[in-house]
Amino acid sequence: MRMVMTGNYASAYGAKLARAEVIAAYPITPQTSIVEKLAEFVSSGELKAKFIPVEGEHSAMAACIAAQTAGARTYTATSSQGLTLMHEVLMWASGARLPIVMTNVSRAMAPPWNVWVDHMDTVAQRDTGWLQFFCRSNQEVLDTIIMAYKICETSGVMLPAMIVEDAFILSHTSEPVDVPEQALVDSFLPAYSPELKLEVGKPMGFGSLVKPDQYMEFRYKAMLGMKEARERILRVEQEFKHIFGREHGGLLDLYKCADADVVMVAAGSVAATAMDVVDAMRAKGMRIGLARIRAFRPFPHEEFRSLAGRTEGIAVLDRSFTFGAAGAMFTEVKSSIYSCQKRPVVKNYIAGLGGRDITPKILEKIFEDMLVVSKRGAEDEVEWVDVAGLPRRWR
Amino acid sequence: MMTKTTIPVEEFVFPGSTGCPGCGANLVMRYMLKALGERTIVTIPACCWAVMPGYWPSNCLKVPLLYCAFEATGAAISGLRAALDVKGVEDVTVVGFAGDGGTVDIGLQALSGAAERRTDAIYVMYDNEAYMNTGIQRSGSTPWGAWTTTTPVGTSHGFKHESKKDIMAIMQAHKIPYAATVSPAFPEDFVKKIEKAKRTKGFKFIHALSPCPPGWRTNPSLSVEVARLAVDARVFPLYEIDEGKVHITRKGKGLPIVDYLKVQGRFQHLTEPEIDSMQKIVDDNWIMLLLKESSGT
Repeated sequence: MRMVMTGNYASAYGAKLARAEVIAAYPITPQTSIVEKLAEFVSSGELKAKFIPVEGEHSAMAACIAAQTAGARTYTATSSQGLTLMHEVLMWASGARLPIVMTNVSRAMAPPWNVWVDHMDTVAQRDTGWLQFFCRSNQEVLDTIIMAYKICETSGVMLPAMIVEDAFILSHTSEPVDVPEQALVDSFLPAYSPELKLEVGKPMGFGSLVKPDQYMEFRYKAMLGMKEARERILRVEQEFKHIFGREHGGLLDLYKCADADVVMVAAGSVAATAMDVVDAMRAKGMRIGLARIRAFRPFPHEEFRSLAGRTEGIAVLDRSFTFGAAGAMFTEVKSSIYSCQKRPVVKNYIAGLGGRDITPKILEKIFEDMLVVSKRGAEDEVEWVDVAGLPRRWR
Repeated sequence: MMTKTTIPVEEFVFPGSTGCPGCGANLVMRYMLKALGERTIVTIPACCWAVMPGYWPSNCLKVPLLYCAFEATGAAISGLRAALDVKGVEDVTVVGFAGDGGTVDIGLQALSGAAERRTDAIYVMYDNEAYMNTGIQRSGSTPWGAWTTTTPVGTSHGFKHESKKDIMAIMQAHKIPYAATVSPAFPEDFVKKIEKAKRTKGFKFIHALSPCPPGWRTNPSLSVEVARLAVDARVFPLYEIDEGKVHITRKGKGLPIVDYLKVQGRFQHLTEPEIDSMQKIVDDNWIMLLLKESSGT
């Protein structure tokens, strides 16, 4: 059924269609309408689940961890300060190999207080062992939640996944979304039945103390799980396409990159704007393309290596900044292509922090800059875009 | 008329716990599981008992066990209960088993949340009155006057000068259906209260005194004796709060506090006036408890 809905409702419908059994959540702007909608679903009986109104985000994730260990499929949603408060238990979820699925409405970190889109919260969790999917549309949010359960619940993966919605741009903007039939989703996503769970009569310890002679093997296996996730993402998306007739681009969603001299790398909703800019500039004869990072974890290293051989310049747009280094996507892209024979020029553009608009004009200027830089090399590897007081005019 | 509870014979703590000799927490776990039986799931945060089940893949508990983050016990029991509910499992007791630091300090928020949500579970705080697993640092549950490694004696500040948080009063303020104090020196009273908690629907809180020979500087062979002295000196009265009503289950002999203090190295530095002021605190608390009992609150 086609409905008009916000990204937040798309998340709620995704969790409902996936038949989440335990939902533990705490309100935070701009995530609130996700859990309000789910509370409504549970209270009306539309969704047979337990809703735990926890007293904080750390407890939200801790409750999901416990419920999931006891064999229930769980879901939660958060944002920004809430996500970073969860940091400890995010590590716990992946270390315990629990395929929890969560929406993070990506929002700037305080101080100064800011509730608008920024990827710092998400990027700061890149080492927690979660799969991280950035979405471009509300449809992609709904579809990715359903796919994420299937990807993560595979015995070879058993890791949690974070579905990232850009604050307000997706979370509070309505778009037409195709909401699939429950029966169809059920045929795609079977009930959760883990090999091991907390069960009376089978006394086992989950999360015991291990010695140095065993700990590394646990981490090694989690690494293999993330490696397997890479393949699963691609396979599950093909299955999804077969049933629902849609796909969203695997780990790295390429748009008009085949013959592109210059490629922009971006994640999240700005990619939708960038596609329009690519079309407009191509109409003027410029051979440019867009590589949208859909999976930030696992990172599409192989896809970037194959892209490197076909292009002269890569402009990496980061909506966050790692102090003392550079944009996180930029450093990842660079490390991906280091081993390539042919290495294009790579430059980092920091833009859109704290909800500042990244306009088509700005994206155009980045492409133009990159077309020049790709020929002569970048003077500054990292450039902050549209910041008061800096010499270059971007607007 | 006194009724005598028979302590169940079956053991749910296998030999092999890595607890110290004379560990009170070992007895607390043992009596608790005897009272609850096999259909129990336990979650344990960072604390001595996070280590005591033994190294993976060994485990000395005969019930399923979930290790959780230090501050997360309250949330974990809510998650466990929700999962059991959604699966239609009704006859399993969910237990959060945490130390005093993990309860009155870092875990207080999650504990309060679980109590306010009326989570159907038993929360047991085994109280060894300091961060013992990390090596005897003060907690909010360390009593006034005690030495710990972070309240070192012989410096300008000296021993702990702040009083112990009254966790039972905090829990009573949450209007939970059942809360009780228990002591490994009185196993029949202990088992009876756990059985009552098991029968009661909703959130139940158990405060168990848990002597710690290395932390209290006591002889490991005296742990049960020290626990008994705590009750008899009314430092740790045995009572329950049943639907808001206080009921003292053992009045104790009313021994002077010095009898309890003198067997413990952690109080050896106290002067006579300091011991007198401790006696006064104990006496006042006891009178308050009697008043609560007689007034039905």
